[in-house]
Amino acid sequence: MKLLVCIKQVPDMESRFKVNTSGDWYDETDLAWRMNEYDEFAVEQAVQLKEQIGEAELTVLCIGPERVKETMKKALAMGADRGAHIADDNSHQQDPFAIASLIASFAKDKGFDLIFTGLQSQDRGSAQVGVMVAELLGIPSLTTLVEFDYTDGTVNGKRELEGGSKAKVSCTTPALVSCQLGLNTPRYPTLPNIMKAKKKELLSIPAAELNPPTAQQQTINIAPPEKKGGGLVLEGDPAELADQLIQLLKEKTTVLN
Amino acid sequence: MKTLLVAEYRDGKLLGSANELINFAAKLGGDAVMFLVGNETDLPNFDGKLYLADITQAGEFNPGGHKQLLLEVIEKEQPQLVVLPHSSYGWDLAPRLAVALQAAQISEVVEIKEGQLVVPACNAKLRRTVKATTATTVATLQSGAFTPSNDPSGNPEVIKLESGSSGDIQFHGYEAAGAAAVDLSKAEVIVSAGRGIGKPENLPIIENLAKALKGEYGASRPVVDAEWAEPSRQVGTTGQTVAPKLYVACGISGAIQHLAGMKKSEFVIAINTDKDAPIGEVADVLAVADLKQLLPILTEKLNS
Ligand SMILES: Cc1cc2nc3c(=O)[nH]c(=O)nc-3n(C[C@H](O)[C@H](O)[C@H](O)COP(=O)(O)OP(=O)(O)OC[C@H]3O[C@@H](n4cnc5c(N)ncnc54)[C@H](O)[C@@H]3O)c2cc1C
Ligand SMILES: Nc1ncnc2c1ncn2[C@@H]1O[C@H](COP(=O)(O)O)[C@@H](O)[C@H]1O
Repeated sequence: MKLLVCIKQVPDMESRFKVNTSGDWYDETDLAWRMNEYDEFAVEQAVQLKEQIGEAELTVLCIGPERVKETMKKALAMGADRGAHIADDNSHQQDPFAIASLIASFAKDKGFDLIFTGLQSQDRGSAQVGVMVAELLGIPSLTTLVEFDYTDGTVNGKRELEGGSKAKVSCTTPALVSCQLGLNTPRYPTLPNIMKAKKKELLSIPAAELNPPTAQQQTINIAPPEKKGGGLVLEGDPAELADQLIQLLKEKTTVLN
Repeated sequence: MKTLLVAEYRDGKLLGSANELINFAAKLGGDAVMFLVGNETDLPNFDGKLYLADITQAGEFNPGGHKQLLLEVIEKEQPQLVVLPHSSYGWDLAPRLAVALQAAQISEVVEIKEGQLVVPACNAKLRRTVKATTATTVATLQSGAFTPSNDPSGNPEVIKLESGSSGDIQFHGYEAAGAAAVDLSKAEVIVSAGRGIGKPENLPIIENLAKALKGEYGASRPVVDAEWAEPSRQVGTTGQTVAPKLYVACGISGAIQHLAGMKKSEFVIAINTDKDAPIGEVADVLAVADLKQLLPILTEKLNS
């Protein structure tokens, strides 16, 4: 069985974001990078399936500049067999359709039985790339999965809906699934596996070789949201903060009465 | 500009997001028509053409079939913009349509600014104004961003569609959410733990403050997913919706799905080490501090 998992490298969301000089994305200096949270669940599910099947080969794919290889190594240490890095220094300017087209173009003739993606990326948050890849390849896609089962060419899954209920869905392979938070418990790579991952194949393919389409959308402007104001910001020594909070509770609420 | 609005049914009922779509179209201006897979007993309050496919034939969750039906309507109406809710239905269906139409998709619109669509980035720490360069655009709307102050009124002119194809996905029905062991909706005070608590051993810090304030404790989703707290304690779109007198968000960044569950709280205190955390947008007070230091002191002062 051939498996593909698509991951994205994103900045830590606790970072202070500044706008870049071209005014169309965040400035990348001084950011700490990590695997998109949703994609950790995708990697874990793909590795679990590989363990279940035994005879399976798992490729991890990531589009981005050289630095994304660090994140790809984490996926290799979690259990992926090889890495396909699609080298693109301007991937942050690509729209979801262009990213999906690159993935579909890479996957087209490779006969993957199952492709795993995250529901959405934390920085762009479009929740588009996975479904678009499936549509471009002409295969079914199940999105927002919080439960996954594969048996004999059939994927059975549960999609999470608003309010916490779930929809039971299934399709046959080849297929694509998009993974929601909580689908599983992503493993931490062990030290021996981190060492082994260093020897795994990690090939770089220039994005231009995969004929990316022209952009369908442009960013006109990016900026922090206008502060609606009103909210009080308190800083300082914890003991003083505690006194200030108790004072506010007395003045503004009835909970201490 | 002509807009096609795609309303959503769940479990045989029209969802309230239909009103948000109608309000969005009114804000944008121009003509609007609607599309719905549903039935005549429960229709949106929309003054205009409504293309209706029968839900018993077209299926409630059948994205491939719904896509085919929508493409027929789009062929007839030639809208420049197709709008869906950014919900489990909308974010699943929209990219299927976008690829078929060779249309750009703009996800999770929060605002219309000078005729352009604005979307969040980086957990709402940034906002991006986006412009499509394609003839047709598909957009999804963030839940709650276009809620009208008064529900619209009106009766649609129904145009029935013949049921479409069955698609390549089987839908086998719903599984209800687990019964809530703790009913947070009745609590007057809720102190919630976010991922910022760092490890499960720190949960008692949150519980103790909740006790000192005679309230319950809640949690954000990662805390529940990591099994540090029971699922029934989760606040948010996929958890409980609460409106206590006091909500204390500890180590919670303020993602939209969390805010959706608590923004109706009367008074909100956020405790976060990150001064820029989006929770600051809804908090009456943001105390910039390490919760592990501040909460025990606060609890002790409240208890004495
Ligand atoms: C379809 C869908 C449905 C979802 N439903 C829900 C839902 O119902 N409920 C929900 O909560 N989420 C939900 N989510 C997830 C949501 O998008 C966020 O990922 C989640 O709310 C983040 O939780 P958090 O704020 O605890 O963690 P994070 O976003 O990781 O934030 C942790 C915060 O803690 C702060 N912090 C760190 N250390 C400290 C410290 N020592 N002291 C004080 N502060 C500290 C950080 O600055 C940061 O702001 C959903 C997501 C999707 C896609
Ligand atoms: N640059 C990328 N490289 C590889 N996969 C990606 C990339 N961007 C997005 N994806 C995949 O597509 C999913 C949805 O991303 P998005 O549509 O950007 O929200 C992510 O969770 C990843 O699995």
